[in-house]
Amino acid sequence: MRFEGSNTYVATPDLMLAVNAAITLQRPLLIKGEPGTGKTLLAEEVANALGAPLLQWHIKSTTKAQQGLYEYDAVSRLRDSQLGGPDGERVRDIANYIVKGVLWQALEADRPTVILIDEIDKADIEFPNDLLRELDRMEFYVYETQQLIQAKHRPIVFITSNNEKELPDAFLRRCFFHYIKFPDSETMQKIVDVHFPGLKQALLKEALEVFFELREIPGLKKKPSTSELLDWLKLLLAEEIPPEALRSKDRKVAVPPLHGALLKNEQDVHLFERLVFMAKHNR
Amino acid sequence: MLIDFFLHLKAAKLPVSTREFLTLLEAMQERLAGHSMDDFYFLSRACLVKDESNYDKFDRAFGAYFKGVTEIPGLDAEIPEEWLRMMMKKHLTPEEKAKLEKLGWDKLMEQFKERLKEQKERHAGGSKWIGTGGSSPYGHGGYHPEGIRIGGESAGNRTAIKVWENREYRNLDDSVELGTRNIKIALRRLRRFAREGAAEELDLDGTIRGTAQNAGWLDLKMQPERHNKVKVLLFLDIGGSMDDHIKLCEEMFSAAKTEFKHLEYFYFHNCVYDYVWRDNRRRHTERFPLHDVMHKYGDDYKLILIGDATMSPYEILQPGGSVEYMNDEAGAVWLQRLLEKYPRAVWINPEPERLWEYRHSIQIIHNIVGGRMFPLTLEGLERAMRQLNK
Ligand SMILES: Nc1ncnc2c1ncn2[C@@H]1O[C@H](COP(=O)(O)OP(=O)(O)O)[C@@H](O)[C@H]1O
Ligand SMILES: [Mg+2]
Repeated sequence: MRFEGSNTYVATPDLMLAVNAAITLQRPLLIKGEPGTGKTLLAEEVANALGAPLLQWHIKSTTKAQQGLYEYDAVSRLRDSQLGGPDGERVRDIANYIVKGVLWQALEADRPTVILIDEIDKADIEFPNDLLRELDRMEFYVYETQQLIQAKHRPIVFITSNNEKELPDAFLRRCFFHYIKFPDSETMQKIVDVHFPGLKQALLKEALEVFFELREIPGLKKKPSTSELLDWLKLLLAEEIPPEALRSKDRKVAVPPLHGALLKNEQDVHLFERLVFMAKHNR
Repeated sequence: MLIDFFLHLKAAKLPVSTREFLTLLEAMQERLAGHSMDDFYFLSRACLVKDESNYDKFDRAFGAYFKGVTEIPGLDAEIPEEWLRMMMKKHLTPEEKAKLEKLGWDKLMEQFKERLKEQKERHAGGSKWIGTGGSSPYGHGGYHPEGIRIGGESAGNRTAIKVWENREYRNLDDSVELGTRNIKIALRRLRRFAREGAAEELDLDGTIRGTAQNAGWLDLKMQPERHNKVKVLLFLDIGGSMDDHIKLCEEMFSAAKTEFKHLEYFYFHNCVYDYVWRDNRRRHTERFPLHDVMHKYGDDYKLILIGDATMSPYEILQPGGSVEYMNDEAGAVWLQRLLEKYPRAVWINPEPERLWEYRHSIQIIHNIVGGRMFPLTLEGLERAMRQLNK
C-alpha cells in the first residue's frame, strides 16, 4: 500500500514520504500547515487511494478523548427506564446504551481503516495525552461491559493541527510529523490543474501572479489560501474574464476583478484598495 | 553512520529522542528511503522533527553533517561497539539513557549490525555511501564507523538539498516573529485551571451517573466552575522610544487580554514612579497611585513589566529624573517596591537581547529585576513564563 497522490490531490514528494512512513510503520501522522493547505482533504484522499473506509472525528473545544472510544448514554437509559413500555427489556442491558466512538469502529472493522482526527488543537490541552495509550496499543477497555476492545487491523491515523495549542512531547514522539508548506507557484499550478483541467495557461499565469502578489501584502489579516484561489478562478471562468483584464498595462496598480473572492476580511479589502489608490496617485 | 547523524542533531540542540531515532531505524529497515538522499532528508525530518519551528535548525544541522558527502566504495568496517556505547552515553540525557537501557543496548546494537549486514549484501558492487564527512566530530580514530547507505544509482533530483540549502523554513524559527496566536501559546504556559469557589455548576456527568446508579431517582450533583486562576498584573511602557515596538506590544497585549481572565494593566513611561494610568489620552487626569495599585492587587498576582528600559540612567536613579513630571522618589525605589510586593515578576524587553549590554539603562534595570529580563520573542516569552511559574 503506497500513496502517490491522486488525480484530485497533489502531494509533494516530502508529503508522500511522510504518508507512506505512517502507513508502513502504522504510526499516526501529524499534519500542520496554514488553513487551506489540504490537511483535512489528505486523509480523505489517502483513504480513497487505499480503498479504505474513512472515519472522521472533528474536534471541538469540548471534545473529550473518551468520546473517541465510546460513550455511555445514561440519559437514554434513564428515559427508557422511566417510560417503561415495550423497551423494558432493553433497559436491563447496559450494552444497549454504549455508543461506539470513532476509534472503536476502526478497531472492530474487518479491514484496515483510515481515521482522521481533525484539528486536535481545538481540544483541551490534556486531550492528546488522554489518547496516548489507545493510539499506541490500539486497544482499550470498556468498564461498563467489561470488554477489551482490540484492533483487528491497526488503523492509519491522520491528525491535523492549526497550531493553536502546543501538543505534548510524549504525544509528538509517537507521531510522524509533516508541515505542509504553502504551495509554491509550481505546485499551485498543479493543484489548479486538478480542479480546472484545461484551464487556459495565459489566464492561470496571470491569476497566479495576482494571487501570490496579494499574499505578499504586509499586514493582511488573512492571506488568501488555496480555497480562495480556486473560488476566484471559478468566478473568473463563469464571468469569462480574459487574462488581460487581470493586469492593467501600467502593472501593479489595478484592482483585480472579483477580488472579493480572494480577500474576505473587510479590513483587508480596505487595506488593499487603499494601497492601490496610493500607488495610482504616487506616479 | 546513522547514530552519528543522530548525535550530530543532538549536538545541534534539536530535541530528538531515542524513541524517534529508533523509529527512523525502523523506517530505514522498511526501505522507506531506499532511493535517494532526498528521501532520507524527508524521512529523517518526518521522524525526528516535530515542530516546523525546528525545520530551519534541522536544515542547518543536516546540511553541515552531509556537506562532505563522499563516495566511499566498499566501506565495510566493523562498528566498534564500545565506542558507540561511549558516544551514546555521552550525549543522551539521563532520562533517555534509562529508557534505552530498558530497551537494551544489545537490541539496539543488533539492529545496527543487521542493518549493516544488509547493506553489505545489497551493495557488493560498491555504490554511493554516505560518510560522516569532515564536519563530524565523531568519525576520527582510525576506523570508519560510517556505513548506512542512503545514496544510490537512482539518486533523485536533489530537490531536498535545495530545501535545506535555501533554508526555506528560516522565518519559522522561534526567535523571529510573533503573532498573537504564538504569543497566546506562550502565555498559555501560565494557565492554571482549577475548580474553585462555591459549587454552583450542575455536574451533568455526575448527576447522570448518580441518578443511573440510583436506579432512576434523580440525584443532583453540583460542582464549582472551572476557572483559569492565574492573575496577572501588566505594566506597559508607552513612551516615545517604544513606538518602534508598538505592534509587537499590541499583539502581546491583546493575546494577554484573551488568555487571562484576571488581567489588570497599567501604563507607565520609561520607568514606574508614584503613579500609573490606564487610559493614555487621559493620563494627566486619571492617575492611579502605585501605592493604591499595590494595595488593591494581592501578591498572588504575577507581575509583568513590558518596556525597552531605554532612557537616561537619571530617569531611574534620581529623584526628579522622570521626563513626565517631578517625582519625589527615584524610579529605582518604586521598581524595588513593586518587586518586593510581587515576588513572581519579569521584565519583558522588546529590544533585541544582543543590544542589552550596550545600554546603560538596560543594565541598571536588568540588575534591579535580578536578571529576570527576557526578550519579547517567542523563546524569550517561554523563558519568562517558566520564570513566573517557579
Ligand atoms: N494539494 C492539494 N490538491 C488538491 N486540492 C487542494 C490541495 N490543497 C488544498 N486543496 C484545495 O483546498 C481546499 C481546502 O483544503 P482543506 O483540506 O480543507 O485545508 P485545511 O484542512 O488544511 O484547512 C480543498 O478542498 C481543495 O479544494
Ligand atoms: Mg481542515
